[in-house]
Amino acid sequence: MQTTEPVVNLQVAQNLGLNAEEYERIIEIMGRQPNFTELSIFSVMWSEHCSYKNSIKYLKTLPRDGARLLVGAGEENAGLVDIGGGLACAFKIESHNHPSAIEPFQGAATGVGGIHRDIFTMGARPIAALKSLRYGNVDLARTKHLVEGVVSGIGHYGNCFGVPTVGGEVYFNDCYNQNILVNAMSVGIVKVGETVSAVADGPGNPVLIVGSATGKDGIHGATFASADLTEDSAEDLPAVQVGDPFQEKLLLEASLEAIKTGAIVGMQDMGAAGITCSTSEMSAKSGTGMLIHLDQVPTRQANMKPFEILLSESQERMLIVAEKGKEHLLYDIFDKWDLECEHIGEVTDTGRLVFMENGEVVADVPADPLVLGGGAPVYDREFQEPSYRADLAAFDASTIAEPSDLVATARQIFASPNVASKRWIYEQYDSMVRTNTMSTNRPSDAAIVRVKGSNKALAVTTDCNSSYVKADPYVGTMIAVAEAARNIVCSGGEPVAITNCLNFGNPYNPEVYWQFVHAIKGMGAACRRFNTPVTGGNVSFYNQSVFENQTEPVNPTPTIGMLGILDDAEMQMTLDFKEEDDQIYILGATREDLNSSVYLQEVHGVALSPVPHFDLEEEFALQAVVKKLIQNELIVSAHDVSEGGIFVCLAESAMAGNRGFKVSTRPGMRTDAFLFGESQSRVIVSVKKARETSFLNLMAQRDVECTKLGEVFGKNLIIDDRDFGPLLDWRNIYDHSLGQRLEAS
Amino acid sequence: MKFGVVVFPGSNCDDDMIHVLGTVLQREVVELWHKQESLEGFTTDDCIVLPGGFSYGDYLRAGAIARFSPLMKAVIDFAHRGGYVFGICNGFQILCEAELLPGALLRNSHQRFTCKNTFLKTVTNQSPITAGISPGRVLKIPIAHAEGRYHADEATLQQLRDNDQVLFQYCQADGTVDAAANPNGTAWNIAGICNAQRNVFGMMPHPERASEERLGNVDGRLLFDSLLQNRMASATQ
Repeated sequence: MQTTEPVVNLQVAQNLGLNAEEYERIIEIMGRQPNFTELSIFSVMWSEHCSYKNSIKYLKTLPRDGARLLVGAGEENAGLVDIGGGLACAFKIESHNHPSAIEPFQGAATGVGGIHRDIFTMGARPIAALKSLRYGNVDLARTKHLVEGVVSGIGHYGNCFGVPTVGGEVYFNDCYNQNILVNAMSVGIVKVGETVSAVADGPGNPVLIVGSATGKDGIHGATFASADLTEDSAEDLPAVQVGDPFQEKLLLEASLEAIKTGAIVGMQDMGAAGITCSTSEMSAKSGTGMLIHLDQVPTRQANMKPFEILLSESQERMLIVAEKGKEHLLYDIFDKWDLECEHIGEVTDTGRLVFMENGEVVADVPADPLVLGGGAPVYDREFQEPSYRADLAAFDASTIAEPSDLVATARQIFASPNVASKRWIYEQYDSMVRTNTMSTNRPSDAAIVRVKGSNKALAVTTDCNSSYVKADPYVGTMIAVAEAARNIVCSGGEPVAITNCLNFGNPYNPEVYWQFVHAIKGMGAACRRFNTPVTGGNVSFYNQSVFENQTEPVNPTPTIGMLGILDDAEMQMTLDFKEEDDQIYILGATREDLNSSVYLQEVHGVALSPVPHFDLEEEFALQAVVKKLIQNELIVSAHDVSEGGIFVCLAESAMAGNRGFKVSTRPGMRTDAFLFGESQSRVIVSVKKARETSFLNLMAQRDVECTKLGEVFGKNLIIDDRDFGPLLDWRNIYDHSLGQRLEAS
Repeated sequence: MKFGVVVFPGSNCDDDMIHVLGTVLQREVVELWHKQESLEGFTTDDCIVLPGGFSYGDYLRAGAIARFSPLMKAVIDFAHRGGYVFGICNGFQILCEAELLPGALLRNSHQRFTCKNTFLKTVTNQSPITAGISPGRVLKIPIAHAEGRYHADEATLQQLRDNDQVLFQYCQADGTVDAAANPNGTAWNIAGICNAQRNVFGMMPHPERASEERLGNVDGRLLFDSLLQNRMASATQ
């Protein structure tokens, strides 16, 4: 069917998501009325996703420098950290929330594909992946459907692509009932000096498109649903991309092989906004331009319109600027891997992107004004403290009754979806391919991935308890950073840098923006204290659900993906109890603090309460002492106290070591608060009796509280001389509760 | 004994296998691209490994396309001449598709991909990869597959048992072979088999993922050690 592109006016611009002010600026930049294709280019490049227009002002306040950083935040497709020995680690986390909520299988699958492409487009080989997932109420049919779809989508893509999923987190909370969060992190290794930049240097150099043909998938359905825009039916334009992990595996191997030829000047994968984004970002970075022949782009359908080719988010594609005269080296390699590689244009010195079709110019736009850091708009939104914060002050823990049956309460917590093992989910991911996963057989708080060809290992983790962040975005986000660092330190690693995935509601809602601004402040404060600069990441706004006809934003969820290094992989610290009679201590002060605990939420139905106790300096001192204890080989296990409190922490160490324990609570403190409270900055360690004096001597020199809880003992859990039952029973609850709940109809 | 590891498009355990054979065990390993047509340089004293992964994306059926790769013709001929061929996971699936091993690998009974440590009972030492392992010994070796449910008709299964061709069965940590230890609904808890001539062997679990102290598990090395020692023994005879 022959259709014509609409005449451009303000209404059309608004349908494409631009506001009146932005539309005026585009006319000013162009010096004329843009045509529809040009307007489409501006609309996607100035979208929140590409331009960060509502967040960049605050993101720039984060610490983004450090001795180990080889590229600055936002400079390349992912952060790059020097890990020593001539090696660097490229890592990044990204969201794929909305596609996953619409079509969980493909949404999650393409999220995985996209983040890995960001890593290997830099020349790094992905060696590990982590998944941070947030779902709604576990008992809803919709949640079960989304869990099933997302998990099989992640598995489908990651397992075939051949990169292990080594860690991550899964939370269930009603606030995500409609809008789930799917955040995927990829970690890759590259030799320093062998990376590839997303640049378009050298006018005259050929521009190649490699990989899958370009189809109509991923062109945002909502934007094009209006009949004013096109007479094609919206059903023709699937909003969610379809992934092909086999194609991506070929693209990975071929790209890494192609880099070795030295014939690649620059390379960028095609993700959001497809050809538009890669051509404009590469050109803007080099101060060059490009002349692109859209009719040379291999397409899946006949008669695709210029804007469709430009905006398509078809997966598994790369844009390469080759060195003129050496293209044949690249053609040979892509041919070996049976991948399509087409010459579609040239780098120019005009600073403009000129797109041609059948000899006619269909769009001619300047590159720089399109991109972040160039001419893309930057906004400062209004913010206002959310009204729910007043309710927090009214919370009174003394109204919470102590449980009459501690064992039953402990079981309830243990079986709850935010505490129980996520085995049902993670066993569907290949966690061991590439044979680097050290934490499979020796579990640690962070996942440990050895780096072949060196004696090093990486410690990687994702963390964010969004209930804490909702209660207090500033402190809650500091806790997310602190917990990530604590997990790495407890695993024997040194935290070095973070990537973040900032999942929030609508930025035009002042209360949401207040959460965002304060979360960023907290993240900055914590990252500065731990010397873990931000290497990049992703902002996902507009995450919200409708409740009783009211739109509610999801909990503010600034997921932290942290990278740590073990210079000697042998220094890994594990979390399992090792031997009978080992002495169990808790480091850090335990306070009578029930705030925002799983216990309050699960057992007492208190959805919102203040953030648990946290002090940045206390945390820093705790982590320093744990590092020292590991260095001096004074402890044999370390596990941080998090959701579910001391009880869950002890039980996890017990199950991992297949050994029970005998411990005491603290007289004068509520037993529920002692066992299930989640006050921060605490680690449970076990110590050989023979090393106990040395351990205590070291602790005596430190300003970190150190309390003996008991000892590793037998095969049962014994608290205050009461037998809570055999480890085996607890393991059954832990291992199977979530699966049973997800499979229940 | 020299090893050749075949790389199909979509293989993803090829690097792991080359790492274990070359770096860990210090053996000569040659990477073989699936488009090559001959196994020049290999004798029947050598071993060709078909590694795990998703050859051709597992499209159509796991292993169904890979078995038509140019190199597979040479591998089939090599096996018929008595050369050693070892298929792991996707490699096992390809060997069944190529009819170098009997039976087929179907989708797991629970319909899901599953990756975890499993325990394997060594059923026989009458094969090159189990020759150095006492029958009954339990090994911890991980699996990672969606299509690992071994299936064959009753007569074939009986023949496998009669000929002592079942190499490994999934079991509990204590060696008990029961339904609870069966991770995918596989017939007779079968995890690995060999052909009647005992020169072609396939298994779903990944011994290359359990061959290094740094990874906390060296049970898988026993298979490679057996293969190498077995060869050495026959070479000195």
